[in-house]
Amino acid sequence: MRAILIATLCAAGLLLGAGCSTTPEDQAAAGVEDRTGKPGAKPGADTRAVQPPKVAAVDVSKPSASSVSALKDPNSVLSKRSIYYDLDKFDVKDEFRSLVEAHAKYLRENPSARMMIQGNTDERGSREYNVGLGQRRSDGVKRMMVLLGARENQIESVSLGEEKPQADGHDEGAWSKNRRSDILYGGEY
Amino acid sequence: MPNLVRTLIGLALLVAVAQARAQLEIIVTDPGAQRSPIAVVPFAGEAAVGSSLTQIVRADLERSGLFRGVEVPPLAPPPTENTPVNYGEWRSRLADALVLGSVVTRPDGRFEVRFRVYDIVKQAPLGAIAYVFTKENARAAAHRVADFVYEKITGEKGVFSTQIAYVVRRGAAFELQIADADGERSQYLLRSNEPIISPVWSPEGRRIAYVSFESKKPVVYVHHLEDRRRQVVASFRGSNSAPAWAPDGKTLAVVLSVDGGSQLFLLNADGSGARRRISNSNSIDTEPRFSSDGKWIYFTSDRGGSPQVYRMPSGGGEPQRVTFEGSYNVSPRPSPDGRVLAYVTRNAGKFQVALLDLSNRQVQVITDSDRDESPSFAPNGRMILLATVIGGRGVLSAVSADGRIKQRLPFAGGDVREPAWGPFIE
Repeated sequence: MRAILIATLCAAGLLLGAGCSTTPEDQAAAGVEDRTGKPGAKPGADTRAVQPPKVAAVDVSKPSASSVSALKDPNSVLSKRSIYYDLDKFDVKDEFRSLVEAHAKYLRENPSARMMIQGNTDERGSREYNVGLGQRRSDGVKRMMVLLGARENQIESVSLGEEKPQADGHDEGAWSKNRRSDILYGGEY
Repeated sequence: MPNLVRTLIGLALLVAVAQARAQLEIIVTDPGAQRSPIAVVPFAGEAAVGSSLTQIVRADLERSGLFRGVEVPPLAPPPTENTPVNYGEWRSRLADALVLGSVVTRPDGRFEVRFRVYDIVKQAPLGAIAYVFTKENARAAAHRVADFVYEKITGEKGVFSTQIAYVVRRGAAFELQIADADGERSQYLLRSNEPIISPVWSPEGRRIAYVSFESKKPVVYVHHLEDRRRQVVASFRGSNSAPAWAPDGKTLAVVLSVDGGSQLFLLNADGSGARRRISNSNSIDTEPRFSSDGKWIYFTSDRGGSPQVYRMPSGGGEPQRVTFEGSYNVSPRPSPDGRVLAYVTRNAGKFQVALLDLSNRQVQVITDSDRDESPSFAPNGRMILLATVIGGRGVLSAVSADGRIKQRLPFAGGDVREPAWGPFIE
């Protein structure tokens, strides 16, 4: 219903700027940033907030308040952001499927949300080859989310190779924490 | 008078500190290795420079692993490049080669070092030259002297005047630094709270390409050493990494994930123009390196199931597999003369540097540590600089191409990694 209203307003040329743009990338990031950046802002107290229809349009394109807080809510699966791998493995293990599905669903329901997936490896071997291995992990998570209905342009998969370990040790205990993909949402990177 | 004493003590301390830092641990692993004895007589008048040129020259020559300094008693009057040489006398001091010289202060305040190199065994002068330098550049002048001596005796160019680049990590802070080949005179180019990897020198030595994670993903930069200008050359969607310079200095090979996976591309080093994809696989293709004649690109690929070294024509084309022994062969670095390939191989869980003779396919593992990374040839091909881990700390070490001489470079504090040996500077 809301989407139809926006589309109509866009077509009528009533809404200018962000809401009607064909390049949603930038505005989405800005939108999420606004929210996380000003946690104490009181929209109702700001006289300017009620002025231009343009602002309303940006608000509509943002993730709804309930889902944004779900990203941080420790009781929500969406607050779980790391997928761990076995040695030399790149496929998402069954125990992480529901996590990937939940994030894919979030992206599907929040078309303006943007995500970066950072693939990581343990410290062994060539740094650059490890960048390649980390990329294979993040690409795999991205592919799965796209199959689950997220849009390709919502997700950027990158690799940090072995450069950002979660654990500093030099044994399998540490390495198993470092072979992972991390999920970040727009505004978090 | 007490002031003078204090100054002298201060100077002595400074010199002592400088020497301690310059101290290189040199391990000659092959007891049969012949090191040629050379007498580098303190240059007459070098005290005026404030640092001992001949000490630096001798340290350089010893660091090459080819020379051993002969102790010379104080001679009166101090000989210079013009003093006639009594070959028999130097032979009896067990020197095979001799360097005599002097330093004079010029009217403009700069110094001039003049010196001559002799072959004591053949009883013949090998050459003489003079260099003019300022006090601040005394170390550089000494490296020049060592390069000249080295070249006259071995017939090969010396690398003492070259520079190295490397990354130092202290806690969460990363620095890309450059220093003289002996680890002295270090300075940083980039300081960041995110990792920096894969620095590579441009062929003319005025630019360094590297990968920085400062924007939460790998992005390739080119850094201009003269004006410290830095330029983003690859920041496509996804990861951008593993830069390598073509010998013309105009083209960079990089690895991009913009099309999915990790594939090789060529870019203009000035950031202009479009990217050209040169590999086409479902595998990881990475760590490109041009052969010095520019004809080939060596790279790492796991297209055969395990990471191995391949090469392809530099414009793109059918890749050929290069390494066959073992299940993990990465980080290929063709030697400057194109005859040998250095790479990292995994041997029973240990990562070591191996050399492959490209003409007869012989493989030789030349290190005995277990976490070697990022080998880098000296521009004369004699030594290979690499990163390793000793006592839990990242350090740089160097190994001669025949594996007989091993050195550790001294750095105070932090983890040192990702070494890259710079080119000859004219």
